[in-house]
Amino acid sequence: MIDLKDVEKTYVTGTVEFKALKGINFRAEKGEYISVVGPSGSGKSTLMNIIGCLDVPTAGEYYLEGRPVIEMTSNQLADIRNRKVGFVFQAFNLLPYATSFENVEVPLLFAKLNGRYRRRRVLEVLAQVGLADKVNNKPTELSGGEMQRVAIARALANEPDIILADEPTGNLDSASGGEIVRIFDELNKLGKTIIIITHDVNIASRTDRIVKLKDGLVESNGNML
Amino acid sequence: MKLSIIYNVFVRDFRKQKKRITLTLVALGWGTVSIMLLLGFGEGLHRQLNGQRKGMGENIIVMWGGESSIAYQGMGKGRPIYLQQEDIEYLKRKVPQLKEVGGEFSRWGVRVERDTIVLQEHVIGTTPNYRDMRNYVPQMGGRMINDRDVQLRRRVAFLGWELKERLFGAEDAVGRQVMVNSVPFTVIGVMKEKRVMGNYSGMDRDKLTMPITTFETMFGHRYLNNMVYQVHVPEDAAVLEEKVFEALGAKYKFDPTDDRALMIWDTVATAEAFDNILIGIKMFLGIIGGLTLLIAGVGVANIMYVSIKERTREIGIKMAMGARKSYILVQFLIEALIITFFGGFGGMAISYILTEAFKRVPIESDVMEMMGRPTISLEIGITVVLILGIMGVLSGLFPAMRAASVNPVESLRYE
Repeated sequence: MIDLKDVEKTYVTGTVEFKALKGINFRAEKGEYISVVGPSGSGKSTLMNIIGCLDVPTAGEYYLEGRPVIEMTSNQLADIRNRKVGFVFQAFNLLPYATSFENVEVPLLFAKLNGRYRRRRVLEVLAQVGLADKVNNKPTELSGGEMQRVAIARALANEPDIILADEPTGNLDSASGGEIVRIFDELNKLGKTIIIITHDVNIASRTDRIVKLKDGLVESNGNML
Repeated sequence: MKLSIIYNVFVRDFRKQKKRITLTLVALGWGTVSIMLLLGFGEGLHRQLNGQRKGMGENIIVMWGGESSIAYQGMGKGRPIYLQQEDIEYLKRKVPQLKEVGGEFSRWGVRVERDTIVLQEHVIGTTPNYRDMRNYVPQMGGRMINDRDVQLRRRVAFLGWELKERLFGAEDAVGRQVMVNSVPFTVIGVMKEKRVMGNYSGMDRDKLTMPITTFETMFGHRYLNNMVYQVHVPEDAAVLEEKVFEALGAKYKFDPTDDRALMIWDTVATAEAFDNILIGIKMFLGIIGGLTLLIAGVGVANIMYVSIKERTREIGIKMAMGARKSYILVQFLIEALIITFFGGFGGMAISYILTEAFKRVPIESDVMEMMGRPTISLEIGITVVLILGIMGVLSGLFPAMRAASVNPVESLRYE
């Protein structure tokens, strides 16, 4: 499903070049539950951005469901982010002025779905993450765990096959973090492909496979920590 | 994005940058008021001056005899040409395309008396069609001379409104008698007041007008002081002038291309030049107003740049959720248009109130008489709305393009 071959990513700031990825090979099949670990600066987030089509590789190849991502236009990439991938961020990244309902509705609006369907779908996913009673609250009125659940609901709204989570529990206490991880477990059981970037050994140990990055390269690609 | 969210974002931004947005709105309003008032003044001036120009008559050409300057059919140059009363009918017959043809005898310093009032006045004898051609429109209760008056050589007088004041004051003049060179005349009408910008041979308001035939009998003039003819549309004026020269040239034996034989005041050509000057004035005023408005446009662009910088993260989030660039572009464009709309609408409302108030304030002054009062026409409204629209789009477009080109990865990292 996800197939990266010799992917490199170089950032250029002024005259300074920084090679975040130095030739990554990475595959993920449908329904896999994968964690990506590694020290800061090892390229975890860059890898996730590339998998999620937020960013494009400088060199190498990337096939998503057999289609070459490198050749896609910016509109095609936007549509993939909208329908194929759901993002969950460490800092939640909710729109501060919008209610839970409106936040979850955002990807549905970009998908140009009709109002009645949007409404039904938003309430459905908010119920799925246990927030049926916080539909009209703004982020400031929610706890960290609740905010992250809104973000997960938003990621699920367009029924994507892939969920990408970048340190989803990094800003949460252990109790809330535990809840979030349980939601990911359930989603995986429902058949979603889940890739979590984490520092947390406990989270990594629950996944089917651990990919370890170091200095922009895959150090190990198996169950060993 | 739902309109309610755009609205919410707008309200939130407004709260956050209350002062900046308020100042921008004031600038927009100010710019709109300037351009509208300046254009309004131009329009008022145009209407006022046009009204004055038409006071003398519309599409008329005034003509008087000159001197031949080209030898023709055995006659030398320097021969004076005199127009006669019969030429009025002659010209009507020879150039039927003319709308009207008239003529007048004129004499200055004629004694005009009423009771103990003795004046030296300007008297003319003319044809009844001066009523429409030269705007000799009678006030209520009176009339202009007519064909029967001319036919019967009646001793009737039509007074300019100021002459009437001098003879009768506030009293009613119609039906009363005045003595012209000791001959009694009945006043049949008084001219309605009108504004006139140009004139030949004296002011209409001071003239005593009598039938052309009566004048001829009384004073024994043989030659007309001038002839006046009217064309249907301004475009005809040049061609018909040639025909008039041909017709009169054949009668008086002068070369039809001899432009010294007859002197011509073509008010149609004057009107065109005049219109061009006024269009120039209006454009000048419009440009000044437009430049004022432009400053406000810069304000809108500035506020949009600030807003986009503050919302970089929001743009990144939306892109991560699948927003296409075009969506981001449209969102910020709409926001710029909302600001422009509010400022512009406010400015237009203020301008409207100001001009309406101006109309109601009774100021008597020569300047106002000449300048007219600012008038907002539909054209001005449409022009300003178009300018505001274009400005709103432009001032929103460049910031919005910047927003749409934001790199989602970097904007998500942006704090």
